[in-house]
Parts: sequence; C-alpha cells; structure tokens
Amino acid sequence: MWVYVLKRLLQGIVTVWFIATATFFAMHNVPGDPLLNDRAVSEAIRTNLEAKYGLDQPIGTQYFIYLSNLVKGDFGISFTQENREVNDIIREHFPISAILGVLAVVFAAAGGILFGALTAIYRNRLPDYFIMLLVILGISVPSFVIAALSQLTLVTLNNAVGATILPVAGWGTILHMLVPALVLGLGTMAYLTRLMRSSMLEVVNSDYVRTAKSKGVPPARIFTKHQLRNAILPVITVLGPSIAAITTGGFVVELVFAIPGLGRYFVQAVQQLDYTVIMGTTVFYGAFLVFMVILVDLLYGFIDPRVRLEK
Amino acid sequence: MTDISSVDFTPLHGYREVQAISRPSLSYWQDAWVRLKANKRALASLFIVIALAFFTVAGPVFWRLDPAQQDLDQVSQAPGANRAALIVEDYEPWLGNEFLPGQGLRLGEPATTQAVRLQWDVLPGANGHRVYRNIFPVGPELAYGIPLGEFFDNDTLFFEDRLDLKPSRYYYSIVPLGPQSELLDGYQTIEVEPMRVTTLRDALERGLVDESTQVKVGDQINLAWHPLGTDYLGRDMLARLMAGARVSLFIGVGAPLLFILFGVVYGSMAGFIGGRTDQLMMRFADFVVALPFLLFMILFKIAFGVGPGESGVFPMLVALVVLMWPATARLVRGQILQIREQGYITASQLLGAKTNYLILRHMIPNTLGVVLVTITFAIPNAIFIEAFLSFIGMGVAPPTPSWGSMSNEGIKTMLTTPHELIFPSLFISITVLALNLLGDGLRDALDAKMRNTE
Repeated sequence: MWVYVLKRLLQGIVTVWFIATATFFAMHNVPGDPLLNDRAVSEAIRTNLEAKYGLDQPIGTQYFIYLSNLVKGDFGISFTQENREVNDIIREHFPISAILGVLAVVFAAAGGILFGALTAIYRNRLPDYFIMLLVILGISVPSFVIAALSQLTLVTLNNAVGATILPVAGWGTILHMLVPALVLGLGTMAYLTRLMRSSMLEVVNSDYVRTAKSKGVPPARIFTKHQLRNAILPVITVLGPSIAAITTGGFVVELVFAIPGLGRYFVQAVQQLDYTVIMGTTVFYGAFLVFMVILVDLLYGFIDPRVRLEK
Repeated sequence: MTDISSVDFTPLHGYREVQAISRPSLSYWQDAWVRLKANKRALASLFIVIALAFFTVAGPVFWRLDPAQQDLDQVSQAPGANRAALIVEDYEPWLGNEFLPGQGLRLGEPATTQAVRLQWDVLPGANGHRVYRNIFPVGPELAYGIPLGEFFDNDTLFFEDRLDLKPSRYYYSIVPLGPQSELLDGYQTIEVEPMRVTTLRDALERGLVDESTQVKVGDQINLAWHPLGTDYLGRDMLARLMAGARVSLFIGVGAPLLFILFGVVYGSMAGFIGGRTDQLMMRFADFVVALPFLLFMILFKIAFGVGPGESGVFPMLVALVVLMWPATARLVRGQILQIREQGYITASQLLGAKTNYLILRHMIPNTLGVVLVTITFAIPNAIFIEAFLSFIGMGVAPPTPSWGSMSNEGIKTMLTTPHELIFPSLFISITVLALNLLGDGLRDALDAKMRNTE
C-alpha cells in the first residue's frame, strides 16, 4: 500500500514538473518584453530582475533558475504590482476560491447523488422527467448565462421584498457564497446526476436488492444501506476530476459575482501580462489538481474495500 | 412396419420454406440509422443541427446586412420595436421660453431624440440647481442618475439635454443646491419619453430616404428593419448572430475534427505498436491530460499572441487541438487493443490478410462508431469552451463576433436591453443541447455495448 502511495506521489511530482516546464516554455513564447511596457521599470530594477531570473542568460540557464526557484517554493515577484510576491497573492486569494470550490463541490455532490437517486427510483414518472429536464438545461446552458440570470433573479427578489435577502455580488459573509457556489456547482451537479442515475438503475435491479426485499428489509433501509451505498461509488471516482474542474473553472463565477478569488486574479494577470503571476498561478493550480486527483484515488481504496490498490 | 406404401413418401404440402429472413438484412450503418430514427429526441436534435448549419452557411445569403455596420439611429434596439421616425428641422439652440405655461419642472417643447428641453421655477431655498437624468425612477434612495448640468445662480432656469438620447423612458430630476453647492432636499422629477426624430439631411445621408422621394419636415419615415434588434453599437443582431455562428461553429467543428484525427492516429499507433512505445506514448498523453485545461487554453492563447486586427480564432483552434487530443487517443487505443484480440482478426490473419488490410477493413470501421460519438460530444464541448473564453475576454478578439463574445457584450446591458444577452446565449444553449441529445442518440444507436440504461 505504502509503496503504491509513494509511487503515485512520485508520478504526481513528475507531472507537476511537466506542467511547470510547459508553462515556462509557453510563457517564453509570448511576444513582447515584460520589462519594456508602458509603466517601464527603472534601470536598476530592470538589472536586478535580469540578474534574478537570468534574463540575460541563454534559455537553458533561465529554465534552471526558474526550476530551482520553484523547488524553493519561490514563485517570484509580481511584475505589475509593486512589492507583492506571487506567494502572497496566492495565499491571499486562493482560500477564497477554495472555499467557493469546496462549497460548490458539496452542492454538486449532494445534489447529484440525491437527484440521481430520485430519478432512478421514480424512473419514467414525473419527478424523473422534471429532474432530467433540469439536468439537460444544466448541461446545455453556459455558466455565465446562469450566473447572469441568477443575479437578475436576486435583484428582482431583493427589490420585491424591499430588503437585501441575498447579496447580488461581492464577498464576505456566508450569504455571499451561497448563490455563486450553487451556480459554480450546477454543471457538475447535472453531470453527477446523470452518472448517479445510471449507476442507481443498475443497483435497483441487482440480486442483492431483490434478496433484501424478499427478506423483508424495510424500503428505507434498502435505500440507504443497499442501494445508495453501492450506487455512490462511481460518483466518488469522478469527484477528484470534478473538484479540479470546479476550482479552476471559477473564473466566470468570480468575474460575474465580483469575488476576489484567484481565478479572477489570474484573468487580470493575463490581461496585464503579469508573467510571474501567470506562471505561479498556473503551476500552483496544476499541482493542486494533480494531488487532488491522487488524494481522491487513494481515498477510494479506503471507501470501497473491493478496490484495494496493490499494483 | 408392414404397410408402407408409396403414398407415405409423397411430400405433404409441396415445398415449403422452413427458414426465411423476415426482415431485409441491414448493414451496421443502416441498422444504426433505423435505431436513430426511432429515437424522437435524437431525430429532433438532428433537424435542429441541420437548421443551424443552414442558418450559418446559407443565412448570410438571405440576410445581406453587414454585421459590422452601425445603425446609429437604432442603438440597443429591442426586436420588434417601433421603427417610425419623424422628420424635423435641423437643430437650433434654445434659450428657454419666458412665457411657458405651467409650474415646476416641465418640458419646454415636446421631447424628441434631438433634444429634451426642460424648464423649471426656482425651487424653495435654492442657490442654484443641478439637472440629473436616470433611466429609473428616483425612488426613496434618491438615485438621481447622471448629472447633466449645474447652475450656481437662479438666473438660468432652463436646460437642454442632447446627450445620446434614445426613444425610451427617462426620469429627469432637478435638485436645489445650497450655498456651498451641496444638494438640498426638495427635488422635482418628471418622466419623459422622447419621440424618435431625424433631420432631412441625416435621413438622406444615412440612406433612409431616396433623393427622388418627396419627403418633407413633418413626414414619418421607417428606419431600417432589424428582425432581432441591434446591439449596443447599433449593429444588426441577426447579421451578427450569423457571423458569430460561423466563428463559433468553425471553432466548434474544426477543433474537434482536428484533435480527433490526431487522437485517432496517435491512439491507433500506440495500440498497434504496443510494448514500450505504447507505454511511452500513453504516459505523454497522461501528462497532457494533467495540464489544468482552462489555464493552459489561456496561456497558449497569449503565447501565440493576437496581433492588432487579428480575430484570435486560429490560436484558439491550435490550443484546443493541443490540449484535447489525449481523450480520443486513449479511447481509440483501448478500442484497438480490444479489437486486436477479437476472433475475426485472427480469422482474417489466418486467411492471409496483410496489416494494411486489417487496419483499413477491420480496425478503422470498427472504431468509427466510437469516434463518431466522440465527435458529437466534442463539438458542444468546444463550443462551450469558445463561449466561455470569449466571455471572460480571452477568446475571439472584439470586432469579430462570436456567440461567446456577443454574450459578454450583452451581459453589460442585461438590465436595460436583455435581448443582447438572450439571443447569443440562446443560440449557444440550443446548439449544445441539440448536439448533446444527438450524441446520446448516436451512442445508443451505434454501439450496443456502450448503451447505458438511460
């Protein structure tokens, strides 16, 4: 088991190295000189930066300087914001994205499992049709449209009541998080609902459920102990990639709802061509993603005893 | 055993077929088509997809308006809005009317889109006045809107608004100013709905009337027709949606075709060669999968760089292909590995089939169904990604319309002119929906093994 964990971790580290390399060479290819833009830095700063990143050296040397900085956990200093390290920016803004993402994943997983189970139990009846209609909408309506529409609904709602029930935008309290998290999780929720539905349909018709029924196990107990527990497993497998997709897919929601998360920061950095911030954020997100997937894979072994990972 | 006569050996009813094929035999694709036709949702989606293709390809032939052309008389015009415009005299300055009847804030002359002329009486306690305009009523929060002008004495009691007037509802307010020009209580407000007018000269210049037709001041003319309204720069929505469809569908169809082609070649090579090469190739694919997708889409886009006057369609296409091929490669490799072990391949080999023949006659046709299903799901996905990136301003560069960038522009005026957001997002949604349903149907029809319980 521990050998397997170690192997996965090593694989993860190699993957992160690959991501860092791809980021480095992609950014190196960006046209223009970041030190020669409108807000031109002074000669002294320029020389310092050149020395720090080895910008006057050949690309190979630059690459090694970059990698050794990364290993030390130093993502560099922002090019456009004075006196800010990329580490600070990540430390400040990533928790916000993470909270939003976790909340969205909770919404998506809870909603997906619940709705998926419901559609399977009420197969080809009204609740099934209604939920599947919502699922199809969730899959085919872009998230920015849903975000805009929910904002519009909030505005109308608040106007109708004459008080702010839920804030339309911004960040701070738990009330600020609810609607953005819901919007962010909706696409994944739709996907998980479909997955849960088909896996639940398989379980509903399985032998052990029939046995339980004939033994006279109460339906509620069959539902929780036999059906839900077995049907949930495929949903958990895709949870890792889903968490990844949700946390990195937060740009739109963060933009529309004016949430100061890392996604919005990344978009801003791209618009201003803030090299170090772009590279730092990408590598950070990449590493986060890779280790999230590994973590979920490992957890899966604990949850489902049938999948003992002994390769 | 004794009485066997020749009668026993005559056939009973003559010749009768014992075995018959009750249905005509169908090829794989014919069978798939029959099953697809039975699926109403998929069939309806297929029609929608065909209609969309027609809209994209043939639309501009029927609706020949230039998508970049601005109609400045009709900016942010909702579909089906009143297009009538009155021809009026050329603009002349106005300095108030001493003999204007009435009290308080009132209109000096009927409001037109040329000018809204306001006049008022001195407000109690005022040392001056400030004029505001809003598109919403002032309300209890005292939302006056944008300040248009201010007067620090009580001599000037008129104001003429000529700022970007549209034939919609405005709320003008006049607020008294204190000695330090601070706002005092006791504002007055009126609701004004300017009438759309145009001068004869403008009408001729913009080609709204012919030189030959006799149009004079006081006549009513109709402005150009925009079936789906116009956007915030007065560009025709229908023409832009058609142009945007070309961009969105070009990326949405072009990128999947390219990356699936690459994925098929890569995956089948890996699957066919096998061994260490296969391991190495698939490990590389795993790395590409591990890249955070959206971040790298954006990264690649800036790495390619979009010069002035470029639409940014090409970098996006390349970025999509570079990042999305591994899924197809994996799928095809799995299929090839599976097919390689099948009995009919062995049979074919025993009969002396060469590698080329095996690939062309057996491998490719048998993976085609899976690949086709992948394409139908990849297209809506690519359309989504294009829309998503254009929406956050990282996709197609502004003058080029795409459904995503149109939604991005539309969301800014969502409260006042929702049609600018609704139409492009409706097109995205319908396209994605239809292709998803069609993909579901195709998967069910083509591959019995992949058919799920839905």
